[in-house]
Amino acid sequence: MFKLLNVFLTFPDDLTIDIAGPIDTFIDWLGDTFRVFLDGFVVFFTFLLDAVQNFLFFVPWWVYIVLLFIAVYKLYRLSTAFVLSTLLLLIMLLGFWDGTVYTLTIILVSVLISFVIGLPTGILMAKAPTAEKILKPILDMMQTLPSFVYLIPALMLFNTFGRVPAVVATFIYAVPPLIRLTYLGIKNVDESIVEAGESFGSTSMQMLYKIQLPQALSTIAAGVNQTTMMAVAMVVITSLIGARGVGRDVLRAVQQLNVGDGFAAGFAIVFLAIILDRLLQGIAQKLDMTAQGDEL
Amino acid sequence: MAKAINIKDLSVVFGKNKQRQAAIDMLDSGKTAQEIREATGATVAVKNVDFDVEEGELFVIVGLSGSGKSSFIRTLNLLNRPATGSIEVDGKDLMDMTKDELRQYRRNDVSMVFQHFGLLSHRTVIGNVEYPLEVQGVDKKERRERSMEAIKMVGLDGWENHMPNQLSGGMRQRVGLARALTNDPEILLMDEPYSALDPLIRREMQNELLKLDDEMDRTIIFITHDMNEAFRMGDRIALMKDAEVVQLGTPEEFFEKPANQYVKDFIADVDKTRILKVRNIMNKPSFVAKKGMAVKETLEKLKALDMKFVYVTDEKRKFLGYVTIEQLKKSQAKTIDKLINSDDTSIYRNLYIKDAWEKLNEAEFDLPVVDGKGRLRGILDYETVVEVLAH
Ligand SMILES: Nc1ncnc2c1ncn2[C@@H]1O[C@H](COP(=O)(O)OP(=O)(O)OP(=O)(O)O)[C@@H](O)[C@H]1O
Ligand SMILES: [Mg+2]
Repeated sequence: MFKLLNVFLTFPDDLTIDIAGPIDTFIDWLGDTFRVFLDGFVVFFTFLLDAVQNFLFFVPWWVYIVLLFIAVYKLYRLSTAFVLSTLLLLIMLLGFWDGTVYTLTIILVSVLISFVIGLPTGILMAKAPTAEKILKPILDMMQTLPSFVYLIPALMLFNTFGRVPAVVATFIYAVPPLIRLTYLGIKNVDESIVEAGESFGSTSMQMLYKIQLPQALSTIAAGVNQTTMMAVAMVVITSLIGARGVGRDVLRAVQQLNVGDGFAAGFAIVFLAIILDRLLQGIAQKLDMTAQGDEL
Repeated sequence: MAKAINIKDLSVVFGKNKQRQAAIDMLDSGKTAQEIREATGATVAVKNVDFDVEEGELFVIVGLSGSGKSSFIRTLNLLNRPATGSIEVDGKDLMDMTKDELRQYRRNDVSMVFQHFGLLSHRTVIGNVEYPLEVQGVDKKERRERSMEAIKMVGLDGWENHMPNQLSGGMRQRVGLARALTNDPEILLMDEPYSALDPLIRREMQNELLKLDDEMDRTIIFITHDMNEAFRMGDRIALMKDAEVVQLGTPEEFFEKPANQYVKDFIADVDKTRILKVRNIMNKPSFVAKKGMAVKETLEKLKALDMKFVYVTDEKRKFLGYVTIEQLKKSQAKTIDKLINSDDTSIYRNLYIKDAWEKLNEAEFDLPVVDGKGRLRGILDYETVVEVLAH
């Protein structure tokens, strides 16, 4: 009897459990078991990153400004084009061009991977109820975790600092909205349209390619936009694990209490974010074919 | 060749597994759909429906909102799976079809026109119309040609490159109809196709469909909640109430012997003059004279039947005119041929009574009713019309 009481009295103190240990062990185990696979991963990503980065550096800076101007002018109007290309010019003038290219490389590659993996996952979720049941809570949980949590496993898995774990962490952090919006886009296609497709004997693939994806296109584009914005946010944090870019400039300024530099680098990131956001939103709107008729 | 559809003991039940099963078990217990719903919580949307649609028929299903019309028609291409019963199309039960057979059936034999159009908003008019051919893998050139034919048939040529949301409701429904016609289906399912349209356009579309129906060899199932529309369109009509068919028959049968008070109330507001055709209420003449008949013989017949005049036709029953009893009494001729008065009061048998009314009002005699080839088919008298309308 006393024994039982005792258990109750000491119970709250005994409740701490060691979770850090097992997780460490697990990540280590993953790293060891899939070493070859992961090394291959690193080689592949390094190659991809280099390719993108070299290309981005190859094109002279003013070409970007001209291209941006034209693109935004086509998507919106003259004044917007003017404002956005000025922002890009400012990044250059503030002396962050190279840093921005490093950053943009990581963003582009992680968004690309997000797209390649996120789109099929979203489709699967919309089409298979089991996948929906499993993935929905995982996505919900991922969105509540703070971003830097993703750094550690990425770092440990790849056993290296720098761009590759940065891309992986950015990808994991940024992919949920793309999955979710692909899933929602397909789920929310007007029931009557899907039924019409069914009534004419479409196969499941025809339904996907000819009806569901085209109908969901603008929602998916919005997902790409959100994913990109999250990648921009994450990329600053990845400087903590040694990824080069504007993020690192911010980090250094903060560490050295250099307020002016910190603000300048911060502006560069904000400008980049604004430019990417406007650009992608414009494209998303253009893709909304269902609304196209209203403009005519 | 259009296809016949045989429906036997068909029921559709919606609900969660357990409740649904409980409801299915009660289907044959003699309880109404509403009672089953109250007892089990599952919805019986179609209950023990049993009828045949003949090939080439324009079959109309009418009923109030919630009576189960959509649930029923959607079983005919298996958008809804029936809980019990069978649907045989040309002797083949839909429920026995494999996935592949069902897809082929949907691609080749049956098309649906939806109440809210169901157009693919990301595709142009022609992109929509060619969709059924596209899923069949018809090549682009043939696809375009056949789609343009269908677009012309519904009078939308010139609009093929517009997006659906640039079109009016009537035009959108035409796109829906054209799309349903491109794969040349033998069965056309139309679920309240005109309910979303305003009355004028609606009337126009009804007439167009009737015309198309005349030209094509198709079985059409047409759903409406508007009794006037039902009677205008239907060869036969099934009236649904609370998941069951209350009465099934031709328009005349509905007016002549309504099955119960519900049917009576339902058809009370129907403007019969716009629905019943002359042929539906005309009478057979008791005596018609043939060209070449002797005057004497004709006169005797008229006296015996107490008639004041008689219509005359040739050997092939083509309507020629009339001869009065006075003419016959005075005449010295041998045959009636020279006595025939021409008559331009004859009316076409497929005229709606409303349209025949004016002529009927002016006429001194009963009106001769003729068919498309001018043959005398019956007579229409004022009293009959008044009596039918007073019912
Ligand atoms: N998918 C569904 N799930 C559950 N209940 C349904 C479903 N579809 C229809 N019902 C129910 O079945 C009954 C018949 O509906 P149905 O749509 O067939 O009626 P209707 O005659 O077509 O009516 P309306 O004129 O409004 O279109 C209604 O009680 C409806 O709520
Ligand atoms: Mg309905």
